[in-house]
Amino acid sequence: MAQGWGLGALINLDHYGHYLQWHVIQISVANLIVIVLMVVTFVAALLAPFPGRRNRKGTK
Amino acid sequence: MSNAQIERQWTSRLRRSVVEKLPPDKLLPDTQPAYVASWIYVFGVTTMAALGMVIATGCILALDGPQWWHSSSLGHFVNSMHLWSVEIFFFAMIVHLWGKFSMAAWRGGRSLTWVTGAVTFLASILAGFTGYVSQTNFDSQWIATQAKDGINSTGGGAFFNVLNLGQMLMWHIVLLPIAAIVLTGLHVIMVRIKGVVPPFEENVEVSA
Repeated sequence: MAQGWGLGALINLDHYGHYLQWHVIQISVANLIVIVLMVVTFVAALLAPFPGRRNRKGTK
Repeated sequence: MSNAQIERQWTSRLRRSVVEKLPPDKLLPDTQPAYVASWIYVFGVTTMAALGMVIATGCILALDGPQWWHSSSLGHFVNSMHLWSVEIFFFAMIVHLWGKFSMAAWRGGRSLTWVTGAVTFLASILAGFTGYVSQTNFDSQWIATQAKDGINSTGGGAFFNVLNLGQMLMWHIVLLPIAAIVLTGLHVIMVRIKGVVPPFEENVEVSA
């Protein structure tokens, strides 16, 4: 059976998930990475310059 | 039939009302306000693009069914496309939600825009959950047996049985996609009627 190749070969996902625990709060590392990426994307979307923004000033 | 009678027809009245509220240049505008030129405004359309991919890949999965998506390499590929388009869908929708929350996007009579977006989010979460239990593998069996306790503790298990694969699959591929598509359509129409919410400083009223 053809198994994963390419990106799957770079990152071995064939194991149990890793979890972080702080008192009653438990989260998988995978979910935490996604949340961090969303926060980074949100901040970048607010701060990164948008292409052609200067030319649009005054556009209705 | 006289002109007055034609004007009173429900079709005439509906057409006038629709054109008045949403004229063609408002439905498909040529330009947007200058403040829309920001990356934070791209996540709504990213969410819709991902939804399109979710539906397209879901339709392909429906053509050949579980035996195909579990056993063939092309089935694995389309199944993975379905999963990753859902990941992008929720990722973009959350950033869109944070962006709109930070703008207080319900301002200026846009409460229905906000509400349709929020309900779409809830319907999408339910679609995601029913997708988990519709995979027809050990993962879906595990998730369903865990979820049944949560659902049963609410009393909802009598109507919504997560161990019933047929019911979950029908919700996942019929009812919830219809809800998501209709609600997304209403949300976009509300955005077109009311316009994109302006930044806070644009709302400041200058007193004399």
